[in-house]
Amino acid sequence: MSVKIVERKPLTLAERTYIPQIVGGLKTTWKHLVRPKETMEYPEQRPAIPPRYRGVPTLVRDPHGREKCVSCQLCEFVCPPKAIRITPGEIPPDSATAHVEKGPQAFDIDMLRCIYCGMCEEVCPEEAIVLQNQFSMSGYSRDEMINHKDRLYELGGTLPDKHLKWDKKKAAEEHGNAH
Amino acid sequence: MVDFYFQLHPVIQAVLKGLAVILVIFPLGGICSMAERKVSAWIQGRPGPNRAIVPWIAWIPFVGTFLQRLGLFHVMADGGKMLFKEDALPGGVNKFYFILAPIVAMIPALTTVTTVPFGAYLDGHGAVIPLGLANVDIGLLAVFAVSSLGVYSLILAGWASNSKYPFLGGVRASAQLISYELSMTLSVIPVFLWINAPGTEGTMSLAKTVEFQSQPGFWGGAWFIFIMPVSAFIFLVSLFAETNRQPFDMPESEADLVGGFHTEYGAFKWGLFFVAEYAHMIIGSGVFTLLFLGGWNPLPWISLADLIGWLNGITGAAWIIHPLFVGLLSIGIFLGKVVFGIFFFMWVRWTVPRFRYDQVMELGWKKLLPLAIANLLVYAIGIAVITK
Repeated sequence: MSVKIVERKPLTLAERTYIPQIVGGLKTTWKHLVRPKETMEYPEQRPAIPPRYRGVPTLVRDPHGREKCVSCQLCEFVCPPKAIRITPGEIPPDSATAHVEKGPQAFDIDMLRCIYCGMCEEVCPEEAIVLQNQFSMSGYSRDEMINHKDRLYELGGTLPDKHLKWDKKKAAEEHGNAH
Repeated sequence: MVDFYFQLHPVIQAVLKGLAVILVIFPLGGICSMAERKVSAWIQGRPGPNRAIVPWIAWIPFVGTFLQRLGLFHVMADGGKMLFKEDALPGGVNKFYFILAPIVAMIPALTTVTTVPFGAYLDGHGAVIPLGLANVDIGLLAVFAVSSLGVYSLILAGWASNSKYPFLGGVRASAQLISYELSMTLSVIPVFLWINAPGTEGTMSLAKTVEFQSQPGFWGGAWFIFIMPVSAFIFLVSLFAETNRQPFDMPESEADLVGGFHTEYGAFKWGLFFVAEYAHMIIGSGVFTLLFLGGWNPLPWISLADLIGWLNGITGAAWIIHPLFVGLLSIGIFLGKVVFGIFFFMWVRWTVPRFRYDQVMELGWKKLLPLAIANLLVYAIGIAVITK
């Protein structure tokens, strides 16, 4: 590695008075003064949210309105801060989606614990839990900051589903080749 | 109205003038603090405070929004907060001096305004009569004498706080003010040497300085900043140091002294310190304008009387030479220059980083003072040669 010796010139008289430097600095600050402002005035202006943004985790329904979560509890296990608490429940046999067998009876995400890591979304085999675009959460109490199941579905809404695997499974069962 | 005023007892006149000073300087201090916030924000690429609004002003279209964006109502919000918040008195302080310090800060700030002329009007014979609360002949000397008393408030505050950082801030303030007072005074002597040429009546009046800069001819009409740029530069640098502005922000350098001399202060007492600081800035830039920027003369080589003469010649309207119009115009011109001066203070604040304490001392004693003395000698000899 070659060494480059930087020549240190003694300061000229003009440099020692600081005046040209200060004038240069004033020019720079003036440029900043007249330049358009950088600030986004938040409540009126909203940031553009990039695709695959990791906002508040939500639960989603498939296009037929079926809740996609099958309460396998993988997200609950993987969640690093243990923000998710699921109480599994059975889907009643008279329901149209009885063949799915399981669904969450209760699904709570404590947003005071959630770290928005997205591991729940990554691990979910049903693509049922999705971190969507909402980025600000507020509440007056700790209880208000826990998202319950109905709130999670309200936030999540419906997302398109290319596979509809449970419908395929049901159709296959009816044709006699379940696997 | 005017006759009624002049019929009043002189004491009542003086009280009214005093009230006028307080009523003008206090809000100006508040507006300056808002201007400081806005200019700082703009230089940093932010819009600055622009949210507070009084509902019934919000109903006025355009104007209401404009005032809101300007942050005008934040001034009131700030003032209200400062007035009504708890005024804590720390346990270990010397109560008498602790409370005295902000009051002492206000006294020179409000007193010096009285000796600064801020406008002029033309009397019936076309002579320019300066407008001012007390047009005393010692003018600048009074400003220097009283404004340097301001340092006592910083020392008192630093000492009475019974805490190390304020104490250091107070010590620095006193050392810095003494160092720069010298070069500041020396830098303006050439101006008064030039005005008080042998054979003329001696004066230190600021109004006379402006009068001198509005004479006809090339040398008569030139502002002193053109005739004595070095003096103006030394005066400006000393002014920054005297008003404790960046880059000479030693007494309250937030980085190393928490808040400097006002660390232990809060609420209204803290606010008084700031109003005093801004009042010093206003007066400082006013004095600079009067001494070096031609006071209320609109442009170099164009005096107020010339401007009024031209306007009168063009329009021929009688109201143009009315004292009220001329007075307001001259105050407007003067205030415009003062406002630019204050803006310059803020502009420099975001341009030049704070000096280290030893650098401040070195600059003051080893650079500015010899420069000021050399400048004085050169001009003294020059003026002696010119005027014989």
